[in-house]
Amino acid sequence: MVLPDASGDVLSEMDVDAFRRLFPLRFFETHLVKSTRPDGRSLAEARETSSALGAVASADGSALVKIGSTRMLAAIKMEVMTPSKESPDEGCIAIDFHMPPICSPTVRPGRPAEAAPVVSKQLSDTISSCGMINLKELSLISRKAAWMAYLDIYCLDADGALFDAALLSAVAAFSHLQIPVVSMNDDGKVVVLSGDHGGKEPVNKGKRKLTLSSIPFSLTCLLHKNYILADPTAEEESVMETLVTVVLDSSGQLVSLYKPGGPVLAYTSAIQDCVALTRQRARELQTILDEVTSSMEVD
Amino acid sequence: MEIDRLDGRTPNQLRPLACSRNVLNRAHGSASWCQGDTKVLVAVYGPKAGTKKNENPEKACIEIIWKPKTGQSGKLEREYEMILKRTLQSICILTLNPNTTTSVIIQVVNDDGALLPCAINAACAALVDAGIPLKHLAVAICCCLAESGYVVLDPSKLEEQKMKAFAYLVFPNSVLSILPEEQLQVGGEPVEHGIITSVTQGAMSVDDYLHCLERGRAATAKMSAFLRKSLQPQLPIDSSKAG
Repeated sequence: MVLPDASGDVLSEMDVDAFRRLFPLRFFETHLVKSTRPDGRSLAEARETSSALGAVASADGSALVKIGSTRMLAAIKMEVMTPSKESPDEGCIAIDFHMPPICSPTVRPGRPAEAAPVVSKQLSDTISSCGMINLKELSLISRKAAWMAYLDIYCLDADGALFDAALLSAVAAFSHLQIPVVSMNDDGKVVVLSGDHGGKEPVNKGKRKLTLSSIPFSLTCLLHKNYILADPTAEEESVMETLVTVVLDSSGQLVSLYKPGGPVLAYTSAIQDCVALTRQRARELQTILDEVTSSMEVD
Repeated sequence: MEIDRLDGRTPNQLRPLACSRNVLNRAHGSASWCQGDTKVLVAVYGPKAGTKKNENPEKACIEIIWKPKTGQSGKLEREYEMILKRTLQSICILTLNPNTTTSVIIQVVNDDGALLPCAINAACAALVDAGIPLKHLAVAICCCLAESGYVVLDPSKLEEQKMKAFAYLVFPNSVLSILPEEQLQVGGEPVEHGIITSVTQGAMSVDDYLHCLERGRAATAKMSAFLRKSLQPQLPIDSSKAG
């Protein structure tokens, strides 16, 4: 990059933080030519990821996920409902994604964040199209009672790659889910049993866990010129605007390839690179998920 | 292995396209776009002074209002608004009118499948009608993947429900240029092969997706020719010079 002489003098004397704020794009590009990023990661490297199960004691299943400083809290609440006439032996999942004002300076109280309904829709699309959960397993008594799973995800700290963190937290919360024991009372209604069984026969004995088949894993990449940056932070997302989110399931099927506009066009080679990065990331996430669920079983 | 479509089309056949511009009197630009029975009406107002909060005042701002055919707008409409906004931002020259807002109002008249692509095409035609500076046009297409791995273009609502997966793809239109072809290529691929927007639903293999891309690109070449033709006659008189 050739700078005009006059500004070159100014730049050489300028503080790094000031340079970062005044010329954010140039700041990032000087890093990119050296194949590195301001936080010390290489371009294809995702941030450190961790997850903890059972963060909310009152929920039936919950998880706290951290990707870098992006933090998501997911909790599932199960309720008994009457199934719809069209699908008498299927339960239902309602997903909601919340962005409270605590998560980012751009979210104001009272006005819902623009991104929240979009991420929420993306999540329900992804979870339904990968077929992770067999809705028939959520049925209790055909045509009479089925489970309604309310999955609420709260973003506590929005530092980029919101969808990735939200999806991981949703998957972790489902793997932690313990379905409550229910029984039929004298009026023929299905009620949740609390503590001791009270002599009644539970309806769903031995069916306390959902089987998760083909778990979806996602990676958001940022395209800028010829560079592909995996797992961008909020700052990177605001400076370079082209995002591509790839979701692969555990069998390698493409569940979603989501690119909502952006100034950079994605060519076939870039798409293939993003898919390859996601494949690698899916393996990482799978081990993280396996570790955390196996440690739960030991407890 | 031929696939039978409900309306007797071949897999690659699009529904009849119709585009009319300047259909509304008060709007600065308007267009209606039909793909078979799917019809969308778009009005463009602007550029109006000032940008909304949280928007960069050094650039023009685009505001999308999506009106469904009936009922309140929900999450789906919010998502469509966001996708449309980002897509239109990428084709507009935003630095020409800094600190202004252009409102694009999408009214769904009838939904018979491939609604989002239809709306993107309509919005493009309306922006041209309003004279908003654009880098190039965007052409949108819906590709559906049947259980057998067969790709079907521009599905109707019934077909969309029966398919295992579909992809909405948006490409730039082919440019007429005097430059030699090699200079228009980016990394060995022509510019119109770059994806502006991609939204998929349902699981498919990566190869199937790439196959969808190929078929989508072939179809958008035809659509961009149609778009060019339907936008041409209403251009100012010096169209003879543009040649």
